[in-house]
Amino acid sequence: MSVSVRIPTILRTYTGGDSEVSAEGADLAGVLDDLDAKFPGIKGRVLDEAGKLRRFVNVYVGNDDVRFLDNLATPTPDGTQISVIPAVAGG
Amino acid sequence: MSAATTESATPSTTPFLREGAFGHATGLSCRECGHKIELGPHYACPECFGPLEIAYDFPAVTREQIEAGPANIWRYKALLPVPDDIEQSPNMEPGFTRLLKAHNLGRELGIDNLWVKDDSTNPTHSFKDRVVACALSAAREFGSKVFACPSTGNLANAVAAAGARAGMKTVVFIPSNLERAKQVNSAVYTDSLVAVDGNYDDVNKLASEIAGEEEGWAFVNVNVRPYYAEGSKTLGYEIAEQLGWRLPDQIVIPVASGSQLTKVDKAFRELVKLGLVEDKPYKVFGAQATGCSPVSVAFKGGTDAIRPVKPDTIAKSLAIGNPADGIYVLDVCRRSGGAVEDIDDDAVRDGILLLARTEGIFTETAGGTTVGVLKKLVETGQLDPTLETVVINTGMGLKTLDAVSDRVGPAATIPPTYAAFAATGLTEENVNR
Repeated sequence: MSVSVRIPTILRTYTGGDSEVSAEGADLAGVLDDLDAKFPGIKGRVLDEAGKLRRFVNVYVGNDDVRFLDNLATPTPDGTQISVIPAVAGG
Repeated sequence: MSAATTESATPSTTPFLREGAFGHATGLSCRECGHKIELGPHYACPECFGPLEIAYDFPAVTREQIEAGPANIWRYKALLPVPDDIEQSPNMEPGFTRLLKAHNLGRELGIDNLWVKDDSTNPTHSFKDRVVACALSAAREFGSKVFACPSTGNLANAVAAAGARAGMKTVVFIPSNLERAKQVNSAVYTDSLVAVDGNYDDVNKLASEIAGEEEGWAFVNVNVRPYYAEGSKTLGYEIAEQLGWRLPDQIVIPVASGSQLTKVDKAFRELVKLGLVEDKPYKVFGAQATGCSPVSVAFKGGTDAIRPVKPDTIAKSLAIGNPADGIYVLDVCRRSGGAVEDIDDDAVRDGILLLARTEGIFTETAGGTTVGVLKKLVETGQLDPTLETVVINTGMGLKTLDAVSDRVGPAATIPPTYAAFAATGLTEENVNR
């Protein structure tokens, strides 16, 4: 399943400055594994030592926060748009 | 020699920053993991995504120096990330709003010594003028070309107005279902109001994505958030100064993202550290509407895990389903012996009417939430009515008329005759206070 992943500014050091990259994976966990294979270290910025999403990172599959879906088990069908965004809110 | 030094990064050597651009700020520090970086338009920790906060090396500051300052937030400029010449740049000059002794509301709720900090009297009628003033300063110092924000309403009003006064290009993003009054209150200042089909969290996501793509855009609560958030400290400074340079025993604060509550606590702690007030215990209480109460739910559940929610409440200015500072609200309220509580929308409306009819203050839904929660805290024994208590009113009721418009209106519609008036039964004995 080929998906498109939007990369936040603070992770672009891993992607050579690219703000959007392609990845493969049937679910979010698979996509992150594939990203880490292409851009070593990037997964450890998104997931904590326990392998869970870091508290201050929001990941969207389509327009939905994966915390409202199945977290890392959220399916990522072909053509899905994934966004990784620092969690800020207030306004 | 510093009066109070927070652990700080090396002072910035970023070439485009002028000397003293951020006053006594020395760097940015991650609240979560402690990682330090230089001052700049950064908001998330590159190590763990945690929120970046300003570190300072404060000078010695006296009460007299502050009291000699202007009647706005710049009297505290030495404690904010702004240059010493901040008053020379056109801005809205918010703050130093009134602190009112709430005799009638106190009597109604059985609280001996109650105050209302009334931020509805700010230039665009909410506390957001404070944070925006600090964000505007940061945007100027970074050379930003566009001043912007995602907003639940009050922030859009404040950004649009401040941008107009500063002569900056301004774009504000709001949920398309926002109260009409808040839309108009922004659109009068700027042609660039963008209504987004979605809730606040959707608007916030979009703004974060734009901030990552558009060089030169200062989103006040995204990429200049560390500077913006410091503006809320001035609420705490003012309350202490207006009480005669002392801290209250208890304070009740509305919770949306949670930033304001944590910054008021930070302000109190800084005042103690600087020797401007005596150290004493104080309890901090957070107020949410039940239809968007992830922090209250976590508090009551005794957990740190804040589960995001899809908001469903009339208190739209508090309708942030995924509050980034929620975890820190829990820390402050638990550490201080306070609590986080929530009330339903009917109680929010009741809170608006209660404040209006006891103190002559017309608050918006966030204020109705705070007053309603204050009432609930007393009734449930969570707040001690014998201790001095401050409640913060963050906004103005004219922006959320719909919340109470079907609850109030004429007691009677009569022809202009004395007989008709007499028939209404509105005698001195039975007119409500």
